[in-house]
Amino acid sequence: MRDFIIPQYPPGDDRDMGTPAKAGLPVTLTVDGIDITVPEGTSVMRAAAEAGIMVPKLCASDNMEAFGSCRLCVVEIEGRRGTPASCTTPVMEGMVVHTQSDKLRRMRKGVMELYISDHPLDCLTCAANGDCELQDMAGAVGLRDVRYKAPEGATLLNHFAQRDGVGVNAHYTPKDESNPYFTYDPAKCIVCSRCVRACEEVQGTFALTIEGRGFDSRVKAGAIGDDFLSSDCVSCGACVQACPTATLQEKSVIELGTPQRSVITTCAYCGVGCSFKAELNGDQLVRMVPYKHGKANRGHSCVKGRFAYGYAQHKDRILRPMIRDTIDQPWREVEWAEALSFAANRLKGIQEKYGRKSVGVITSSRCTNEETYLVQKLTRAVFGNNNTDTCARVCHSPTGYGLGKTYGTSAGTQDFDSVEQADVVMVIGANPTDGHPVFASRLKKRLRQGAKLIVVDPRRTDIVRSPHIQAAYHLPLKPGTNVAVVTAMAHVIVTEGLFDEDFIRTRCDWDEFQFYVDFVSDPRHAPENVELLTGVPAADLRAAARLYATGGNGAIYYGLGVTEHSQGSTTVIGIANLAMLTGNIGRPGVGVNPLRGQNNVQGSCDMGSFPHELPGYRHVKLPDVRAIFEKAWGCEIDPEPGLRIPNMLDAAVEGTFKGLYCQGEDILQSDPDTHHVAAGLAAMECVIVHDLFLNETANYAHVFLPGSSFLEKDGTFTNAERRINRVRKVMAPRNGYEDWEVTQLLANAMGANWHYTHPSQIMEEIAATTPSFAGVTYEVLEEKGSVQWPCNETVPDGTPLMHVDGFVSGKGHFMVTEYVATDERTGPRFPLLLTTGRILSQYNVGAQTRRTDNVVWHPEDVLEINPHDAEFRGIKDGDWVRLASRAGETTLRAVLTDRVAAGVVYTTFHHPSTQANVVTTDFSDWATNCPEFKVTAVQVSPSNGPSEWQESYAEQAERSRRILTAAE
Amino acid sequence: MHSHAPAPTEEEIRGVVAPLASLEGPLLPMLHALQDTWGFVPQVAVPVLADILNLGRAEVHGVISFYHDFRAHPAGRHVLKICRAEACQSMGANALAESTLQKLGIGWHGTTPNGAVTVEPVYCLGMCACAPAAMVDGRVVGRVDDARMDRILAEVGA
Repeated sequence: MRDFIIPQYPPGDDRDMGTPAKAGLPVTLTVDGIDITVPEGTSVMRAAAEAGIMVPKLCASDNMEAFGSCRLCVVEIEGRRGTPASCTTPVMEGMVVHTQSDKLRRMRKGVMELYISDHPLDCLTCAANGDCELQDMAGAVGLRDVRYKAPEGATLLNHFAQRDGVGVNAHYTPKDESNPYFTYDPAKCIVCSRCVRACEEVQGTFALTIEGRGFDSRVKAGAIGDDFLSSDCVSCGACVQACPTATLQEKSVIELGTPQRSVITTCAYCGVGCSFKAELNGDQLVRMVPYKHGKANRGHSCVKGRFAYGYAQHKDRILRPMIRDTIDQPWREVEWAEALSFAANRLKGIQEKYGRKSVGVITSSRCTNEETYLVQKLTRAVFGNNNTDTCARVCHSPTGYGLGKTYGTSAGTQDFDSVEQADVVMVIGANPTDGHPVFASRLKKRLRQGAKLIVVDPRRTDIVRSPHIQAAYHLPLKPGTNVAVVTAMAHVIVTEGLFDEDFIRTRCDWDEFQFYVDFVSDPRHAPENVELLTGVPAADLRAAARLYATGGNGAIYYGLGVTEHSQGSTTVIGIANLAMLTGNIGRPGVGVNPLRGQNNVQGSCDMGSFPHELPGYRHVKLPDVRAIFEKAWGCEIDPEPGLRIPNMLDAAVEGTFKGLYCQGEDILQSDPDTHHVAAGLAAMECVIVHDLFLNETANYAHVFLPGSSFLEKDGTFTNAERRINRVRKVMAPRNGYEDWEVTQLLANAMGANWHYTHPSQIMEEIAATTPSFAGVTYEVLEEKGSVQWPCNETVPDGTPLMHVDGFVSGKGHFMVTEYVATDERTGPRFPLLLTTGRILSQYNVGAQTRRTDNVVWHPEDVLEINPHDAEFRGIKDGDWVRLASRAGETTLRAVLTDRVAAGVVYTTFHHPSTQANVVTTDFSDWATNCPEFKVTAVQVSPSNGPSEWQESYAEQAERSRRILTAAE
Repeated sequence: MHSHAPAPTEEEIRGVVAPLASLEGPLLPMLHALQDTWGFVPQVAVPVLADILNLGRAEVHGVISFYHDFRAHPAGRHVLKICRAEACQSMGANALAESTLQKLGIGWHGTTPNGAVTVEPVYCLGMCACAPAAMVDGRVVGRVDDARMDRILAEVGA
């Protein structure tokens, strides 16, 4: 008799249990003489699998509901007639199940024989050879012969032969190779519908169907005339993973063969932090498959993590260090020692000449926690200043500030599993189907189960309406008016008495609440009074506020559309207020959740990348905090906060900041007002770029240190739900060193004496100095898979939900959120508002995804413009247009769409040739300097081609990328 | 509607199907309405239906292709369906069908050159007692032999 426990799988055990796990009262049954207790609602198939008995199956998989079509999983149940399918039969108390009998064996063999009669027998040369469930099941049922014979003078009706006896086989459909990453070969299809169901249930795109009926049934992407590429398919790979045969098969497996070993690691794209199995032959990566026990992604993936890893092998990747005296010279390849001593001497020279504070670092949100920790340690312990900043400055720094002030922690409150229990989801300024696709799939699944959705976004994003999903309310606000909208919602909740008084009295500061109520109930915040300003119909806003306050578990997910504004921090505070007002904090299904952009932006913030904070968000002014690190590092720490990225650039232009070590970040492309960034970089005397590629910033660099990709190093990433996931080395670094080793070499060249031999030692140092990481060790991560910080003596398993019994800051703090319009305003010269974002297939500045086949989906940045605005300007779909702001101008192609309202235009910033950030201004958040990427007043006019800046920039970039190879 | 008429526009399609959107399970009634109006389900209707019902294009295509009754191309002025189910087969339906198609010089789903009639197979009209059976523009005819078939063909002007 087995105990009733939720099964814990050893790492690497990812057996398919047949049907999804259920929660319910325990039910005990007997399967082939073994007693097993499972939750009510579990299928007989899954119960058998829990007992270690795998019932043969083809159409069942444990990430989708049972379908009961293959008839291979039949069993006999004592006291019942017939042979029910075990996948669709729920367990009952005292049930006695037999999975083997003569009758069952005969039936399974008969079913299998029918399948094989219409399947090619080219197993030896098939791409799925050795990884084919059809092959396995034919073996498991003991099929030895197919008795069906062709009628005389003809061939057996089939889908796989190109020609039958007489001519072309009308049932044969050629392979569809349109998708760059996988093929669809209808000849091998057994029509189990797993791909169609995966597309619907797991991914939620509904791009596939079964076309026809009976023998004519075939899997089809899209409608007539579509192939996989032209259909709605988003290439998430769920169908390929679900396919039991070689019908849907990765092209990499076709080319490289079946992988023989695997390493579990973490994706290096967005902040969801999906766990993957990197499958290899030797050190040749064959494919990345989402890991089903990954707690962020639960076995799902998107096109980036699943397929777009080829950039690590791209020919543009730089593998040898390079130096040059001035940026107009070509690069010179040198040995590591020469590059490091060149860099160290320059930095030391600058510090002697211009002072200790004239150099600094920018940490990377793409690199591991350990690497980031070392980079900020480099500036604090070796350079002797606090000049460290990170790309979170340009994305989620307002989150850190806003949630820190109200709740006491700078991070999201929930885990991703929490969305499965949400009843009302409010998505503000985020585009999850493009930016955080795996989370979006989990959200869409919940919405299809009946949860309600409110979307606050100037654009009609895909989450507003897509197959089987429709937002209850879409509030299409004018860019820049977030605070007014959020405050108006609070006004409705307060004035209509929808707030949760018990929660506020027990959990929040009551006096501050009183003050807040006085502020927010002022009629000037009423939806009717801000309607003119925000463009959001008052009735919709009121209805949305009522829904959020009264619809059950209310969860807020927000993105950079909230933070990248001059009032980004205020909006974050406003959101935190909404959750406190309605008591939506501290239990599953609720919370305030920033969707963080980059894989380790949470981690880079945690690791003390900010100029005023040591690791763990502790101010550098506090002597007791400094003492901890002074003791650990054996040096003195400057008590003065250092420079933020914009300040570094300003200081560079002024001539007081001269040297920068920039790891894994491309500030020239990702930061606002490109002209200013370029001027700052050009004024420096030593710019060290540590990256995979000669990125745009490297055009202004004097030292280039080649970086290692996430496949080539050990370490940890922390995702948007504070989950610390292990990154495991899949292959040796092609450049020779992991990034933390390079930082250590540079530090030692500057005179430090660091002796780390493995990132686990760096994590030990982090755990010893940072309370929220106190319980984190590589052993713990090995054992548990991942943990969510805080993880320490009190919570050794980590903390999936924050603020359960009380806020980290004690009481929750309500803060007033006065709307102050941004200084960036439309006028006669610049009448349109530009807002920026991203799309599914590309990632951030595109350095990685542009170097993969993902470009088939997005070869260039385009400008979305409302047809009304376009017609007025004489712009047609596909025309080149000039996009100009007070800061600069660029040109790109226009796409006419009513996704954007009249008066608003939208573009992405994935391609350096477009340089959308030439146009954006240097206005920024009042509290954290987070740039106002989301609002720029612009004018759009027809154009003939690239702007002068684009041409001169392209020329400068080409010139600065010349490389003289070292003499061999 | 005959084979030379232009395909309906998106607005025309919306006009036909929009009033049915409030029905429970509206897709099949919409497809029938389209076929009743134009004699076939035009390809351009697929994205329109997907948009109105918030379905994937693939789903709509899956439904249309499941039902043989929905035509992808315009039919002739009259539609003749010949039953090919078991009872009718046992009463000579196959021979009847073969001679009919031969007379008209077309294959299954074909339309005569003058656009008068389209011949389609059907699987059981519920007329097994009067096999072999056929249906002309929705009117069933029982005990169809060559002579009766000739009369039918003359009637539809084939």
